Amino acid sequence: MFIQTESENTAINAVYGSACAGFRAMTSSASTAMSLKQEGISHIAYIEMPAVIVDMMRGGPGLGNILATQNDYNQAVKGGGTGDYHTIVLAPSSVQEAADLTRLAFELADKYRNPAMVLADGTIGQMVEQVEFPEAIEPEDLPERDYALTGCRGRAARKAEPKNSAEELEAHNLHLQEKYAKCEKEEPRSESVETDDADVVIVAFGFVSRIAHGMVAELREEGFKVGLFRPITLWPFDIAGLRKAVENAKAVVVLEHNAGMMCNDVRMFLEGKKPVYFHGRMGGSIISEDAVKPKLRSIIKGIEDWRELDGKQGLWKTF
Amino acid sequence: MENKVYGRPSSLNEKIFTYCPGCGHGIVNRLLAEIVLDMGIIDDTIGVCYVGCGGMIYDFFNMDWAFPLHGRSPAVATGIKRTRPDKVVIGYQGDGDLAAIGTAEIIHAATRGENLTVIFVNNGIYGMTGGQMAPTTLIGQKSATCVDGREAEYHGRPIRICEMLSQLDGVCYAERVTIDTPAHINATKKAIMKGVQNQIDCKGFSIIEVISPCPVQWGLSPNDAYKRIADEVLPFYNLKVFKDVDKEAV
Repeated sequence: MFIQTESENTAINAVYGSACAGFRAMTSSASTAMSLKQEGISHIAYIEMPAVIVDMMRGGPGLGNILATQNDYNQAVKGGGTGDYHTIVLAPSSVQEAADLTRLAFELADKYRNPAMVLADGTIGQMVEQVEFPEAIEPEDLPERDYALTGCRGRAARKAEPKNSAEELEAHNLHLQEKYAKCEKEEPRSESVETDDADVVIVAFGFVSRIAHGMVAELREEGFKVGLFRPITLWPFDIAGLRKAVENAKAVVVLEHNAGMMCNDVRMFLEGKKPVYFHGRMGGSIISEDAVKPKLRSIIKGIEDWRELDGKQGLWKTF
Repeated sequence: MENKVYGRPSSLNEKIFTYCPGCGHGIVNRLLAEIVLDMGIIDDTIGVCYVGCGGMIYDFFNMDWAFPLHGRSPAVATGIKRTRPDKVVIGYQGDGDLAAIGTAEIIHAATRGENLTVIFVNNGIYGMTGGQMAPTTLIGQKSATCVDGREAEYHGRPIRICEMLSQLDGVCYAERVTIDTPAHINATKKAIMKGVQNQIDCKGFSIIEVISPCPVQWGLSPNDAYKRIADEVLPFYNLKVFKDVDKEAV
């Protein structure tokens, strides 16, 4: 079943309706109007319905442009809607992974009765790569949903209902927080590439992690010990995995196609224990290996020449 | 109890309606409670309410209900009906919800011809939030946000939803009714039943607009509020079948 709606508002709310009716449902968009979906995502988290949302990120803020970026990290990871809730956020770095993580998003949405988002750079949405799809699931093989609104034949009425009193809503929020704590414990996923002996560990997600991966391979050939930590779940973030990956590193380099949204989280998770270097491109510009590789070599050689904001080749920061 | 002629329909639970004295939502809630029993559909019906006073309807029924966000009721109802086409899906919305924040949702559900029945309770004001001007507030009518009365040039003009929706090909039935007299209440019940039957017969989108009093926010006693419907509201929001595909068929 596919419905083309008039707006992102209606799309996310129709997804909520289908979830209430007991079906797996998803909606997708590219940045800008993801903001319209946020009220619905927040409400779905509140009523505890499973849903999958796909955001193929374009340039912002506002209307921005239609080129690929990673500038919706904060909106997705911090919760773009109102209230204390989390969306499970999965960040694919290839078309194959986009397919695999979409399946996983449905599974996690069901497991936690919570919205799950596939957050990908627009690049992933526009790339052509070979994909092997996971085996199809028959809808009737999915577990029965004891909350589904099906008409109350032979059972008590079911309500996808709000919590109106202070007592009820606080208790519900405590329940949600318990659920998120469980999710933070069980669901973090990440990939570490050659981090054990790395002097510098690059942290990057999605498409940027592929640029980073290439640099790791090339610099390793030159004898520079560089590794890569790639979060696959942006929420919950694999904090333990990150700390382990950078354990032996002299410095951490965060690369993003935004102004350092994940970098702020990385710094928080590392609690100031490692120097953090950031480089980001925005507006659809792409990180250049030629610009970054010399800087990585310099860090390892102990030369401090990481650029500050100079308007050239994007944003450079040191922490 | 063989002489019992009136009682609480079994479709309602034991909770007491939370509506103010004289509020029309109690009557329309009650009519729907009777209708789902009379038509034998309560076990196969899913209600979708709205944000506003009458949105509490979900809490009073022994029936499945979904609670949507402000104005999004037709979108949620679309999601339910498309996945469960064999169920009856009834939307229940107020005018602040349907005719303002949810205008896009109601227009597009209607024009897609979603096989839904929407009960649109229009009392011309935002009741729950404190009596602010609604898109349906009449010219000259006072509210918390047009304290000297609504002026067309300054506040804009009231919207006529049924007239508008009846222009859309996806709509099979659009009627405006009211509940100010017993005869009108009976007519309202018939209209809602027709709207539900249209859905069962897969005819498309039905909307029944119910002109309803809000005595507290109109600043009138219940009696005067009911009188105001005939005196002031119906001259602008006239009672009419705006569209009925059954009657158009040759």
